[in-house]
Amino acid sequence: MIIKGGIVYDPANGIFGEEMDICIENGRIVEDAGGEVIDASGLLVMPGGVDAHSHIAGPKMNTGRIMRPDDSRIGTEPRTRVCRPSTGYTVPNCYAIGYRYARLGYTTAFEAATPIIEARHTHEELEEIPIIDKGALTLFGSNWTVMECVRDNDLGKLAAYVAWGLRAARGYGIKIVNPGGGEAWGFGSNVKGVHDPVPHFDVTPAQIIRALAEVNERLRLPHSIHLHFNNLGRPGNYTTAIETLELLKDIKPSRMRQVVHVAHMQFSAYGGTGWKDFESKASAIADYFNQTNHATMDLGQIIFGPATTMTADAPLEYANARIGHQKWSNHDIELEESSGVVPWVYMRKMPVNAVQWAIGLELALLTNDPWKVVMTTDHPNGGPFVNYPEIIALLMSREKREEEMKTLHEVVRSRSTLPSIERELDWSEIVIMTRAAPARILGLEDKGHLGTGADADVSIYNIKPDEIDPSKDHAKVKVGMSRAKYTIKGGAVVVRDGEIVAAPQGRTYWVDAAVPESDMDRMLLDLKEKFERYYSIRMSNYMVQDAYISNPFVVRAGVQPLREVI
Amino acid sequence: MILQIEDVLCTFCGCLCDDIRVEVDGGRIEKVRGACRLGSSKIMGHNRIKSPMIRVNGSLKETSYDEAYRKAAEILVSAKHPLLYGWASTTCEALKKGILLAEEIGGVVDTTTSVCHGPSIIGIEEKGLVGTTLGQIKNRADLIVFWGCNPSEAHPRHTLRYSSNACGRFTPDGRKGRKVLVIDVRETRTARNADRFLRIQPGTDYEIISALRMIVGGKAESLPEDIAGVSRKELIEIAEMMKGAKFGAIFFGLGLTQSRGRYKNVDNALSLVSELNSHTKFVIMAMRGHYNVTGANQVLTWSSGYPMAVDYARGAPYYNPGETSCCDLLSRRDVDAALIIASDPASNLPRGCVEALAEMPVIQIDPFENPTTLFADVVIPSAIAGIEAEGTAYRMDGLSLRLRKLVDAEYPSDVEILQAILDNVRRLRDDN
Repeated sequence: MIIKGGIVYDPANGIFGEEMDICIENGRIVEDAGGEVIDASGLLVMPGGVDAHSHIAGPKMNTGRIMRPDDSRIGTEPRTRVCRPSTGYTVPNCYAIGYRYARLGYTTAFEAATPIIEARHTHEELEEIPIIDKGALTLFGSNWTVMECVRDNDLGKLAAYVAWGLRAARGYGIKIVNPGGGEAWGFGSNVKGVHDPVPHFDVTPAQIIRALAEVNERLRLPHSIHLHFNNLGRPGNYTTAIETLELLKDIKPSRMRQVVHVAHMQFSAYGGTGWKDFESKASAIADYFNQTNHATMDLGQIIFGPATTMTADAPLEYANARIGHQKWSNHDIELEESSGVVPWVYMRKMPVNAVQWAIGLELALLTNDPWKVVMTTDHPNGGPFVNYPEIIALLMSREKREEEMKTLHEVVRSRSTLPSIERELDWSEIVIMTRAAPARILGLEDKGHLGTGADADVSIYNIKPDEIDPSKDHAKVKVGMSRAKYTIKGGAVVVRDGEIVAAPQGRTYWVDAAVPESDMDRMLLDLKEKFERYYSIRMSNYMVQDAYISNPFVVRAGVQPLREVI
Repeated sequence: MILQIEDVLCTFCGCLCDDIRVEVDGGRIEKVRGACRLGSSKIMGHNRIKSPMIRVNGSLKETSYDEAYRKAAEILVSAKHPLLYGWASTTCEALKKGILLAEEIGGVVDTTTSVCHGPSIIGIEEKGLVGTTLGQIKNRADLIVFWGCNPSEAHPRHTLRYSSNACGRFTPDGRKGRKVLVIDVRETRTARNADRFLRIQPGTDYEIISALRMIVGGKAESLPEDIAGVSRKELIEIAEMMKGAKFGAIFFGLGLTQSRGRYKNVDNALSLVSELNSHTKFVIMAMRGHYNVTGANQVLTWSSGYPMAVDYARGAPYYNPGETSCCDLLSRRDVDAALIIASDPASNLPRGCVEALAEMPVIQIDPFENPTTLFADVVIPSAIAGIEAEGTAYRMDGLSLRLRKLVDAEYPSDVEILQAILDNVRRLRDDN
């Protein structure tokens, strides 16, 4: 296949809007190819989108769907010759997730949080999501075995457990959510900061985070630790964010990437002492990112209208339910985590929501290096991912931001710096934040770029970058980015003129990390006892079986062969 | 050769115990160890349907699988609005095929949920569910409340594995370190083992829960002396017991969902638990009956957005319990054919619905003969999931586990049967 005449943006390879042809063969980008010719004359061409943080599969998604038949009714689309039926807006069914990402030109999305013991369910849903490649991050931040290894300062054993846990969950990387808080929530409390000890375990969140970060590098995992801060969602929490990042400054990355990826930074960039004097501290956070080089972030931009909040930060969801007078689902997960789901609505005239909206945009615009920023809505926490084109338009046009701010509560002008920000992102920066950076941050070497050998994931939009001024024509940008003219996934055309024309099964990425056998043996001895005494299922029924991943892509990490564990 | 298989899953009730030991000799299950009597009897097996059958002139005649598939497809293709019902005692993989089939023929998928914990789901739609996995309760709970359920008879290993008698990290003394409260309309075996039994009048659950909510909310003085036959003093003691727990758990059964008030009872109980969390840690869980009824809800939800009663007649999922649930469809004669899998509506649905079923063409897929067989027009025997076929099932707390194949089957699996019917449906459609 040849994509002819497009204006190509491939910033990872130093290509910033050049007219060139892209050749595809056997699912990869090649130097030269024949076959089908796609006429992309003058059109915007870029790598397929990569979502590094999205909640798309697993128990909490289904909990959201069950709680919200009102939401499932929105977005209903009947079955077609190619597609299964779609439902939902903030909590779409599995099919809708695949089709909608593909229509946006996205070809990869990573589920952000899965407890090991419930990973089988996550994979059952991932298998049902068509088209896109996917993976799932695995939760370790409130896990008993992790906390005991940290308490005993036994990083060898911790590395063995993380390797085993990733294999058991068929997981891609270490996710840490409100470390220690998930355990404290087991008896209805929480941890208040990084140095507040976790009840019964004699460790602090700071120790958990640091140990997992060190182990992450010891195992040479493709992704860094992926961190949801303590105190997330609370006024004044930007100090917790900076204090936490300071803990990790001296850790040396084992690969060419960050040491820590911060999830949905917007929710942790808050000033004020309460909701009354709530204000943006995005500029302080962006300053910190500008002065350091060990951290990356995704935005967690909010979108006005309905959302469904879902997180392993269970105490936060309890607070959300109380503040919003909303229905509340909670789900504790034995020995590993806790979690919650609460429906939400972000309102333009609500002062806090208006400031939250500004914070996401400020973070993207005040952070100088776009490679440190991933555009997300923390779907569906900040709003559904289908709104990415709206964010792109906002980031590219000060005029659009001004128009929007006129419809918001006036505090958006006094409690954020957004009105004074002149920066308008260009196409290269957008492609970095939606493709190149998330791929690099996740450690997906064959994604996010169009160099020879890369996965042939390409999106082509009905936008002529040489004729359009995104600053003024932001409405056209939004429309154009909403429905790709072509989405090509693994060399196959899956979207043509905004419609799904094929729905192949994507791949599932997981990481198999090796550790020394002696560490694995020591760890397993302890773990077996945990299963005998504390888990409610048997160890032999715990691991996700191969049957649940029909199309795996296994990334090897670690140093020595991992002992086979059954 | 005798084969010992460890950590087998029991495919009887929603406990989905995964620590059963099975002895297989010469392709037959000889012994079952560690299961309760209900589970053992299921695993050991009983009257199987021997061959596919088709009803000819009023009586069932043996036939081939191919003929049975063809006949089943004919029924489904010629129906205007078929019902695909059951799914609680088979694998998630079977339901996935069933949903695809329903999409293609414009049918309705409903599960046994709609006549059992359907009201619980509607309650959750109203209030959310403050829940947990069972291991959390085993490790932490110091107060267990059984409300309108009787695990001693219906989920025999529940108390030992997961709840009142289980030992865990913060509950090393098991039953001795816990209080057990039973609230029911009769003194069940579960009630006889409780520390406290509150006997209530049938149909008064809603009033009792409302009173407890008022007490927990600090409004006890507004209550009358007597609430539906229970003294205010006694309810205050019970509310104090709940607030005083470090970790409390309510398990509820059909006593709440199928008595007067139905989903409102559940809604109220969910609210009580939500409010108790302002005082202490509290969770609540439905005692699901069939081993994979939870999985049926999960699969249907991720596929369609809705957990039960999904109508595909419009090409997109449509859900309106009370309209699209099996009893309502049958009593209105709003479906004109039925595929019944892994369930027995003839024994469990209201009489009017069973009469409606008896009047329409019925396809039955099941390993075992049951009263539904008496009026089925096509009967297709299947392998028993979890014994003769692999697959996925979800425990009552939503934890998914993989069922194993223990012995070879003489019968095709539910997945294979449904795929064959789907193939026949497609072929018939192409011919037309």
